[in-house]
Amino acid sequence: MSEALALPTRHDEAWRYADAEALAALTPDDLGKWHEASLAPGETRAKCLVLDDQWPGLHRVRVNVAEGARAEFFAVLSASAYTRLEVEVTLAKGSHFEFGGVTIGGGDATREIVTRVRHADPEATSTQVVRAVHWQQATGNFLGRVEVAKHAQKTDAAQDFKGLLLEKGATINAKPELEIFADDVKCAHGAAIGALDERAAYYMASRGIPPEAARKLLVRAFLANAFVSLTNEAERDTLLDAALSALGDAV
Amino acid sequence: MLVIENLHATIDGKAILKGLSLSVGPGEVHAIMGPNGAGKSTLSYVLGGRPGYEVTEGSVTFNGQDLLALEPHERAAAGLFMGFQYPVEIPGVSFVQFLREALNSQRKLRSEEPLSGGEFLKLAREKAALLKLDPEMLKRPVNLGFSGGEKKRAEMVQMGILDPSFAVLDETDSGLDIDALRIVGQGINAIMRQPGKSVLLITHYQRLLEYVKPDKVHVLAAGRIVKSGGPELALQLESEGYEAVAA
Repeated sequence: MSEALALPTRHDEAWRYADAEALAALTPDDLGKWHEASLAPGETRAKCLVLDDQWPGLHRVRVNVAEGARAEFFAVLSASAYTRLEVEVTLAKGSHFEFGGVTIGGGDATREIVTRVRHADPEATSTQVVRAVHWQQATGNFLGRVEVAKHAQKTDAAQDFKGLLLEKGATINAKPELEIFADDVKCAHGAAIGALDERAAYYMASRGIPPEAARKLLVRAFLANAFVSLTNEAERDTLLDAALSALGDAV
Repeated sequence: MLVIENLHATIDGKAILKGLSLSVGPGEVHAIMGPNGAGKSTLSYVLGGRPGYEVTEGSVTFNGQDLLALEPHERAAAGLFMGFQYPVEIPGVSFVQFLREALNSQRKLRSEEPLSGGEFLKLAREKAALLKLDPEMLKRPVNLGFSGGEKKRAEMVQMGILDPSFAVLDETDSGLDIDALRIVGQGINAIMRQPGKSVLLITHYQRLLEYVKPDKVHVLAAGRIVKSGGPELALQLESEGYEAVAA
């Protein structure tokens, strides 16, 4: 594929927070591998993905959502090596894209989610909720881009990112980008990065909950927002459990 | 049961408690009253083990055990309950989840069997009814969207569920209207006025003491107990003011 020709560097905006060593090891072949999915008009399809230690590295997903269709995508990035999930979505008229993503982990790895949601036609809607929890020297990134084409009126796009740093030394980067050419649209975005609520942790301790269990409850609550729109409760629990199992080695 | 001797404590290097001594026996209710800034809340934070408060001198013994050597969650398992002046809101964690985790963590530390979901819900409903709190509210995130009065009632529901042997209640009466004050007062009596259980009530006002009759009243000023007496001392404080009584 043509886009696989030039290898990215950290000078490229979309790769600016990537792991330099991991980047250097990428081959044109890696970059050419896109997982493609096309939804038929009116179709609803959901996909859950856990990128744990079995699936580090680069994962590129391209989704075409036809008129009136609904694509739902939920992912957890918890591998202990460099992991990057790219999601490129093109929305036709009146379609919807729902994304929930989590990066979680310690060590010194970088985990990043990069989304590009193209509202190509009118009346499409999209929601992205991304949460990052990191500790030790780990890095978590979210680069979220929303593009609204000139005639894509009545677009409604929302993007919500929150990062939680469990200790000093960890890094979280957020880069929301909105490129809007239509004039009758709603595009909401928010990004916030903070630490664990010490008052809540003490309140829990005062009731008898040990620090590890308290942290787990608080992190679970923090992450849950990313999967709140996933209606299948069993899948939601699978994703949350996958994310929380990474928390086991946190200090 | 609880023996505090010559307690000195600081926050950010600033001395707040300056030689506080106090002893509460089993089955007793003691009230601590005092003006703003006397160190009342600091005393409750130190007893609870809140991070940031440093004990520089003195000791606290709870049932013969060095309380200050225990982590906050271990103090809870040992039977200590802290009623918060400002209960904390925890989005995303329901009361049911929170309290079941709390109770079973305590039971685990005491080498007791955990309560099943059904047993726990039965207990929670019973204690909510005691405090006239709609049990449905326990499905909501911890304290989120609760009014001031509901938060204080929910604190007492928590106390009922956790069934401590010693409760430190820090201004549990603040933010309560007259009816809520009576309900909370009756709740404290029902839960804690039991043989072998004790309460330390920290309050500004005499009004809660009309419902929860203290055995002893202490006046805390400038970081130490300056006067102790019976329930009549609370009435005297109310009519004459702290300055006159504590002088």
